[in-house]
Amino acid sequence: MSAASDVTVQEILIAAVTRLILDPTAPPARHIAVGMASPIPAAACWLLKKQGYDLRLSLLQRATGGPFSEGGRELFDLAGQGRIDIFFLSGGQIDSQANINMVGVGDWPGSQVRFPGSFGSAFMYSVTPRTILFREEHSARVLVEKVDHISAAGTSPPEVWRRGTAQALVTGRCIFRFDNGRFTLASIHPGETLESIDANTAMSYLTPPHVPFTELPTAEELALLRGPVCDEMLNTYPDFCRRVWGRSADQNQENAA
Amino acid sequence: MTPISLEALAARVNDGALIALPPDDSLSSGALVRAIVRRGVKHLRLIGVPTTGYAADLLIGAGCADVIETAAMSLGEAGTGPRFAAAIAAGTIRVLDATCPAIHTALQAAEKGVPFMPLRGVLGSDVLGHRPDWHVIANPFASDDDPILLLPAITPDFALFHASCADEEGNVWVGRRRELATMAHAARASLVTVERIVKGRLLDDERLAAGVISAVYVDAIAVAERGAWPSGLLDEYDSDRAHIAAYARAARTQAGFAEYLAQFVTAQPERTAA
Repeated sequence: MSAASDVTVQEILIAAVTRLILDPTAPPARHIAVGMASPIPAAACWLLKKQGYDLRLSLLQRATGGPFSEGGRELFDLAGQGRIDIFFLSGGQIDSQANINMVGVGDWPGSQVRFPGSFGSAFMYSVTPRTILFREEHSARVLVEKVDHISAAGTSPPEVWRRGTAQALVTGRCIFRFDNGRFTLASIHPGETLESIDANTAMSYLTPPHVPFTELPTAEELALLRGPVCDEMLNTYPDFCRRVWGRSADQNQENAA
Repeated sequence: MTPISLEALAARVNDGALIALPPDDSLSSGALVRAIVRRGVKHLRLIGVPTTGYAADLLIGAGCADVIETAAMSLGEAGTGPRFAAAIAAGTIRVLDATCPAIHTALQAAEKGVPFMPLRGVLGSDVLGHRPDWHVIANPFASDDDPILLLPAITPDFALFHASCADEEGNVWVGRRRELATMAHAARASLVTVERIVKGRLLDDERLAAGVISAVYVDAIAVAERGAWPSGLLDEYDSDRAHIAAYARAARTQAGFAEYLAQFVTAQPERTAA
């Protein structure tokens, strides 16, 4: 990995998300929606667009020029009809059953730590064929055996209607696949070991005999990320662009002037 | 409809009212919310449509609200509303956690004048477990077992928002932000701040009419230039992210919040220039 020795963990996650989206064994990805406060999924979708993939991409976090004309409810109406193939969710806690907690820790509704809230997760997780869970922080306080509160359930009893569930969980240390109600370690990022994953994970998961390292972004992907993908994201995710790529919208305006 | 002053608009909001607020950057009226804080309105019940941020955090921090129903309370990259989190820890706010499409759907029920509407999903979420007012029934049209959620209609007393413009009749233009139309249709009355009053009738312009909320729903209007601040307004001005971040830092403590109120809310006239 000498050529990519300066690759950041965020760039590894972005590339990993693109590979999950393209997974030929998963249901088709024609229309991907990305919610608020989701810079890594947004960057992954932009990377695929910049690579020329034919995807409809609906990014909610845009001040102007957004994808819809019927207001905030249109995303949910589309998803309810099954017109959105992939959505991304995260959580303050995520557990071994792929339940996510966006409410808080301690007594309901988050007496010890309050997270922002469930947003549309309780609906989107059920109606979307494929959900990719992502959470940069991979620690025993985030990946827990059982969440304090369920914002959105990863699995449902057979009589409860739902279209799909989690395809995978992408963290700052590794990727887990979610199959048949269990997480399985799929790959670990460079610098991690099976022991470091185990030490930072409080949820149960399966470890196959051979666990590869996560595929790094290629030089071409890194160039797209640091150039045109960052350009697309400067206005919507300025803090992320500054933190990961050291660029700001102001700087961009100066360069353009 | 003759515009009234911002303070007179705020005076329409009675203690204990159920008020609907859009999220930051979705035509939230920072100016009206600050005027309500100045007035010292009490016991408000807030509804985030479907989430809220700065506006509700300010009202909660200032002690104006007893209850909030929302799918989330977020200051964007600045995180959870700090006064909201502090009020939960102190037990001074009652939170009715919801999920975005549940709030949209409940307002659509009110808009149609029906008592409830169904929604897919949500089953298995603890959000449902904490909402005794929500019901799960067996889908009466299904041959197999198919439990489905029913949501009671939400009828706010007031919808509060900021729009680009109003005409002399009181029709207001919100553009593609049609969730505000649903909110205004569902509410008993809408109190609206606008950047400007325009001549003529917005509904006579075929290009603008689809983005208009009819004056039927509008109770009163006040002109407040840069009234969305520190939120942005469509393509007219950007969100003041530095201010939101500074607010989030200040509001971590009650003292910092009080200082913020003194500087930006109770000071007259409004300091809304970036």
